[in-house]
Amino acid sequence: MKSKKKIWIRFGISAAFAVIFLLFALFAGKFAPYDPLETHYTDLLKAPCKQYLLGTDQMGRDIFSRILYGGKTSLLIAFAVTAIISVVGILVGTAAGFWGGAFDAVLMRLSDMLMAFPGSIFTIALVSFLGTGLPNLILAMTLTGWTYYARISRSLVLSIKNNTYIEQARLGGANNFRIMTGYIIPNVMPSLLVNITQDIGSKLLTIAGLSLLGLGSQPPTPEWGYMLSEGKDYMYSAPWMLMAPGMVILINVIIFNLLGDCIQDLMNPKGKK
Amino acid sequence: MQSNEILLEVMDLNKTFPVKKEKLYAVNHVSFSLQKGECLGIVGESGCGKSTLARMIAGITPTSDGKVLLEGKDYIGLKGGEKRRFRRNIQMVFQDPLSSFSPRMKVGTYLMEARRNFDGISKAEGLKEVGRLLQEVGLPEEFVSRYPHELSGGQLQRVAIARAISIQPKLLICDEATGALDVSIQNQIAQLLVKLVEEKNIGCLFIGHDLALVRSVSQRIAVMYLGRIVELLESETLGEKAMHPYTKMLLGSIFDVYCDQNEEIAAPKGEPPSPLKIRKGCAFAERCSWCSEKCKENVPPLQEVEPGHKVACFQFTE
Repeated sequence: MKSKKKIWIRFGISAAFAVIFLLFALFAGKFAPYDPLETHYTDLLKAPCKQYLLGTDQMGRDIFSRILYGGKTSLLIAFAVTAIISVVGILVGTAAGFWGGAFDAVLMRLSDMLMAFPGSIFTIALVSFLGTGLPNLILAMTLTGWTYYARISRSLVLSIKNNTYIEQARLGGANNFRIMTGYIIPNVMPSLLVNITQDIGSKLLTIAGLSLLGLGSQPPTPEWGYMLSEGKDYMYSAPWMLMAPGMVILINVIIFNLLGDCIQDLMNPKGKK
Repeated sequence: MQSNEILLEVMDLNKTFPVKKEKLYAVNHVSFSLQKGECLGIVGESGCGKSTLARMIAGITPTSDGKVLLEGKDYIGLKGGEKRRFRRNIQMVFQDPLSSFSPRMKVGTYLMEARRNFDGISKAEGLKEVGRLLQEVGLPEEFVSRYPHELSGGQLQRVAIARAISIQPKLLICDEATGALDVSIQNQIAQLLVKLVEEKNIGCLFIGHDLALVRSVSQRIAVMYLGRIVELLESETLGEKAMHPYTKMLLGSIFDVYCDQNEEIAAPKGEPPSPLKIRKGCAFAERCSWCSEKCKENVPPLQEVEPGHKVACFQFTE
């Protein structure tokens, strides 16, 4: 058993990093030294220096500012997508597990159908069908992502639905609503919260990946994945164009995975894994 | 404090489970009645249907056939909100203390649940009451903010009892409520139950497999064997007046502190037959030393042999 204090410290560090990145993303305008779209024709492909902390790109735009503004797009979309799919998925999955029967069968067959396709390929297909752009990207990721949460929450609900304490709750006069909110949700939420936190990281990767392929954000909007895609043409002459967005994606994914891990350890009331 | 008013009446209650094309009788034509303030003990081997019986009376498991009346009201068929409101009349304490608590619900919240659901009291009122309830079952008030895994089995069982009585039920069912506890604690819990049941004049069904314990708690005892009640008699006279061979077998297998290890225990011979393979006739016939031809052909009915004593055995009811 890990000591509780150590876990709290780990949690504090990763949470602090997550908050810092979020604040940078939310208040990009306050921190960015330049306008992310402003071009400096005299400073094309400049290596990191005092004037441009992370260098400039092929059009002379400040990469540091673009990373900050890009975070706004990447992180906020990752958050939005995760929030939407987890809420939809948990509602559907909990309801299916709780009531069972035809409702359950229909929903689960639907999710089987969606799961039969590899997730990212299906997302790519949907985006190309709906048209590129961020709103469509969110829509496509939502359509393919909710099944995962529906599956997990359904199986969690099934595993606790027949517990004695649910019977006991019924004897104690709890109605369905109370059983859902007072007994089932508190007992399934901790495991789900871990999934949700870690999923933010993987959604970040998906968004970056799709943007890299040109299916996400459209130029000139700064976005980490798209910046990578621009940078790959200058890999040898200006490696900083790849390094900066690559590193922030990497760091963010690690942070959200660590955070999920710590939450898992902390959420267990018995204090052991 | 027994009055002669009938609280619970169970009439010809059956529970069958379909197994392949046949019916498995888990509870087979059980009838008995319970007076207000009385404690009836139900004993029998594992799998004899005592828990199923309890769960049917509590309204958790649907019945297959028969009637259950509480104060003359047939409540089994109630639906929705009406059923939910009726539940306050019958409360149950389960065998495994830990599994009847939600691991993420504090003891205080658990205790006020029933009152909040049925009477809509506020959280503040609930907290006051919880303190009083904890005291009543002999637990410190700090337990309000504890989680179930921080308490011992005996303490949890006290909490479960406290909640069951918090809404003044008319009937309390203890389904092997002491079965998972240490022997030393079993007695404490049993005493607590007896005290509360007497104080509050609640009817009580006390289910167990420990004949000695059940006997010390209850006024009457029903002995069940494979879904049927085979003998129903007063606890005090259990030792002298027990007639049914199965009851005698159970009595013979009680351990006591001074028992001689070398002496052979009169433990029941053989295994109880599978409820699926019950042939016609008395279910106990195979294990019975008295068994006659008639026993193998017909099921002995539960008949009164003297006031307050019923037996289902041809030996005595001829």
